[in-house]
Amino acid sequence: MPPEVQEALRKKFGLDDPVYLRYFRWLSSMLQGDWGYSFVSRVDVDTLILQRLPTTLIVIGSSQILALLVALPVGIYAATRPYSIFDQIANTLAFIGFSLPTFFTGLLLILVFSIWLDWLPFVYRADIAATGWQFYWEHIKQSIMPVTVLGLFQGASLVRYVRSAVLDVIRLDYVTTARSKGLEERVVILKHVVRNALIPVVTLIALQMPVVFGGAIVTEQIFRVPGIGSLLISSMLANDTPVIMAVTFVFACLVVLFNLIADILYGWLDPRISYR
Amino acid sequence: MAGSTHASPTVDPGKPASSAERAYSPRLEAWRRFRRHRLAVASAVVLAIMIIAIALGPIIWPVPINDIDFSATLQGPSLAHPFGTDDLGQDLLARMLYGGRISLAVGLAAMAVAVSVGVVIGAIAGMSRGWVDAFLMWLTDLFLSLPALPLLLLIIYLFRDRLTATFGPEGGVFILVVVVIGGLRWMPVARLVRAQFLSLREKEFVEAARALGASPFRQVVRHILPNALGPVIVAGTIDVAAAIIAESTLSFLGLGFPPDIPTWGRLLFDAKDHLDIAPHWALFPGAAIFLAVLTINFIGDGLRDALDPRRVL
Repeated sequence: MPPEVQEALRKKFGLDDPVYLRYFRWLSSMLQGDWGYSFVSRVDVDTLILQRLPTTLIVIGSSQILALLVALPVGIYAATRPYSIFDQIANTLAFIGFSLPTFFTGLLLILVFSIWLDWLPFVYRADIAATGWQFYWEHIKQSIMPVTVLGLFQGASLVRYVRSAVLDVIRLDYVTTARSKGLEERVVILKHVVRNALIPVVTLIALQMPVVFGGAIVTEQIFRVPGIGSLLISSMLANDTPVIMAVTFVFACLVVLFNLIADILYGWLDPRISYR
Repeated sequence: MAGSTHASPTVDPGKPASSAERAYSPRLEAWRRFRRHRLAVASAVVLAIMIIAIALGPIIWPVPINDIDFSATLQGPSLAHPFGTDDLGQDLLARMLYGGRISLAVGLAAMAVAVSVGVVIGAIAGMSRGWVDAFLMWLTDLFLSLPALPLLLLIIYLFRDRLTATFGPEGGVFILVVVVIGGLRWMPVARLVRAQFLSLREKEFVEAARALGASPFRQVVRHILPNALGPVIVAGTIDVAAAIIAESTLSFLGLGFPPDIPTWGRLLFDAKDHLDIAPHWALFPGAAIFLAVLTINFIGDGLRDALDPRRVL
């Protein structure tokens, strides 16, 4: 590239302007919805992200559901029998669960279920050629491992929070009152204890979202899930700055959104708290 | 007098220091409580073995980490190579011993950054009232809501070249990784320290020190901080584990240390495309990360039991 062309290009894109001018130019075009185009694929960044966002949200959403399905029963049962054998085993397993880094569990699952047993595919494909039930079955089959990895990691840390939240509530006087009214233990736990114990847990789930996104980046990279996490990594390895900036911006927006949801839910679930 | 119980252990000056009645210094009491957490003690032993292996390993196992041998590629564990070899025939045990140094060094250094920033900010917020406290807590909340991994990746992407130009490829990445991981993990420590300070600074013994004319700095360093350290030590222990995971994650994504430095995460990154023919390549470094993180977490749990005097065991 001859130097005068280079000079003209620098002038055209305003690369010689001071930093604050370039920043405000980037900010204003970002706000107007002009997110630039990818240096690598020449596709507009917003179309690229919109293509990939649903996959990420589906994987994160279903892994959160799995985490809750594991953590709620185990945590509640362990809290109703504190320091029993079940509680100790659950506690130890929870420790193992969040000490296992997601990238290692991912590789282990691939090794066992894809290579040794050959039950599940280890590459996530967006374009499946099947139709009807076959199509959904293939989708479920390829999501099992990424969702399991993320869900169990989240579930392991949630179990401990659920347990301590239930333990905090179960000693309160109104629970004793409910018991002395002659209510069944099952009703006391499910209707009186759990309802109040879950208030801090709900907010915790929303506040844990930044961690979940971090986990999603790793899992998407292992299983080659075409979501925005793997988009972030591949554009970092390819120096594709507009995509990197936009994806980080989307992550930041999602985190702010979930924090807001946490605050609103907290006020709605717990009438003792009011925002004025 | 034998067999009778003294009102105070100081009555009999001839008693050896190790007898059971004397075991009530806070440190001995903590050690007694720590020992009751069996998993924590077992973890401490396992972690100590790992640290000794990493520190002395290159002396006992003097195989160069970059000794390429194409006649022995992707071999499973054998006597010549206890942990097998990688695709260039390099000995995995030697590489893991070297990588462990980096992983543990990053963990400890990032913990030091996180704890010192957290203690300073928490102490300032806890001692000052009004807008300084409000501003610092606002800052803490701001940092708490940052998505750590995307931000970590972004900072490393933006500043890696500049730092490696100044400090060399290894030093630059080390400083960057340590500062960024530590800089994103000080918030829990700051909150803990502030909460402890708020209650401790109103206690009678601090009031006595204040009445005797101790400066605020002396009150903090001599009277308040030593009493607030228990939860900080626990949080610091868990921070080491989190920093090791963060560093391995970066290396695993191919964005950490340069490729020729075999950190545990990097070994997994290189191994993941050869899972079908050489599973040992991924299993050993992965198990090492898992063991290090698990044992550190258990030790933190044991310390939590040991250092909280209000907890009944």
